[in-house]
Amino acid sequence: MPEILDQARTQVLGDGVGLDQAGVLAVLNLPDEHLPAALQLAHDVRMRWCGPEVEVEGIVSLKTGGCPEDCHFCSQSGLFTSPVRSVWLDIPSLVEAAKQTAATGATEFCIVAAVRGPDARLMKQMREGVAAIKAAVDIQVAASLGMLTKEQVDDLVDMGVHRYNHNLETCRSYFPNVVTTHSWEERWETLRMVRDSGMEVCCGGILGLGETVEQRAEFAAQLAELNPHEVPLNFLNPRPGTPLGDRPVVEGKDALRAIAAFRLAMPRTILRYAGGREITLGDLGTRDGLLGGINAVIVGNYLTTLGRPANADLELLNELKMPVKALSATL
Amino acid sequence: MTTMTTTPLWCDRCGEAATAAAHPACASARQLEPPRFCPDCRRRMKVQVLPVGWSAVCVEHGEIRG
Repeated sequence: MPEILDQARTQVLGDGVGLDQAGVLAVLNLPDEHLPAALQLAHDVRMRWCGPEVEVEGIVSLKTGGCPEDCHFCSQSGLFTSPVRSVWLDIPSLVEAAKQTAATGATEFCIVAAVRGPDARLMKQMREGVAAIKAAVDIQVAASLGMLTKEQVDDLVDMGVHRYNHNLETCRSYFPNVVTTHSWEERWETLRMVRDSGMEVCCGGILGLGETVEQRAEFAAQLAELNPHEVPLNFLNPRPGTPLGDRPVVEGKDALRAIAAFRLAMPRTILRYAGGREITLGDLGTRDGLLGGINAVIVGNYLTTLGRPANADLELLNELKMPVKALSATL
Repeated sequence: MTTMTTTPLWCDRCGEAATAAAHPACASARQLEPPRFCPDCRRRMKVQVLPVGWSAVCVEHGEIRG
């Protein structure tokens, strides 16, 4: 057994204290023959500190495309030659999407907008949309609307939004290679205000943007410092027309190593499978990740791409004897 | 809802001619993507992805759903 896994067994599984950056790097550098042991340990950590339940979420794009920011992975930036056009979702369709999500057994519904930060029109749409959802559907509402002012944070709390997603995307040292229209620190400031407001913080990122393994470890350590309630883990799905459109997808074993490493860095967080798992891991890898530290999934489609059918994921969870977290458990 | 042609003139993923050559990479990618270009006229469509399904609207040829 590699020394880092012995250390993690005592420190993370035994005491609930996550690995530091050097420890995460050691896990990310484990040779293939030790990957099953790393995944098993990460699974044991998840079961001990989070339990067997899996949190299921659906997401929808309220405002698609036409974003003024230049996040190099994103097909919704208006600065690239992506074929994605700008479109707004009306409120009846938003409520229908929430109903579709709730019908899968999901307890979370995240409303997302491709913006630098919300303007008055978007905040009005959010207020009306969240109220309509709460009147019609029994589901928790989360939001992801970019960078916020303090007033906007307070407005979202007032609407009843219980969790706010704002991904740091990658580590601080690599961020300028991925985004130039705003800074990592600006994102951190929004996260700080969200945390102070009492809303749950959801913050993760994307692996496979061209970062080194060392920078992947740096990112895990920075997320651990933030200590978010939830970490969505995406794997780059290269989008046509974006600056990262020709990048290779992350190797499946590297993705699984990252899942184990991020779990060992953050033993108590909700670690969610997000975009890109279908092309990076496929069906078999998806199962391996659920048995290697993941304890939440996005079911159904993503914002601009499609996912596995929700039933396929729910059947897999049933087969793995992982109960879907009930709504009452999140209230 | 408008019915589009059964033989597409344009690839609905990349927008290039569908009749000149096969698009195996696009066909594979389309399993996890909605269409982006109208197969009849090559216009970029307004696409809304939902948790279950999607809709794509061409200003000339109408809406398709999947």
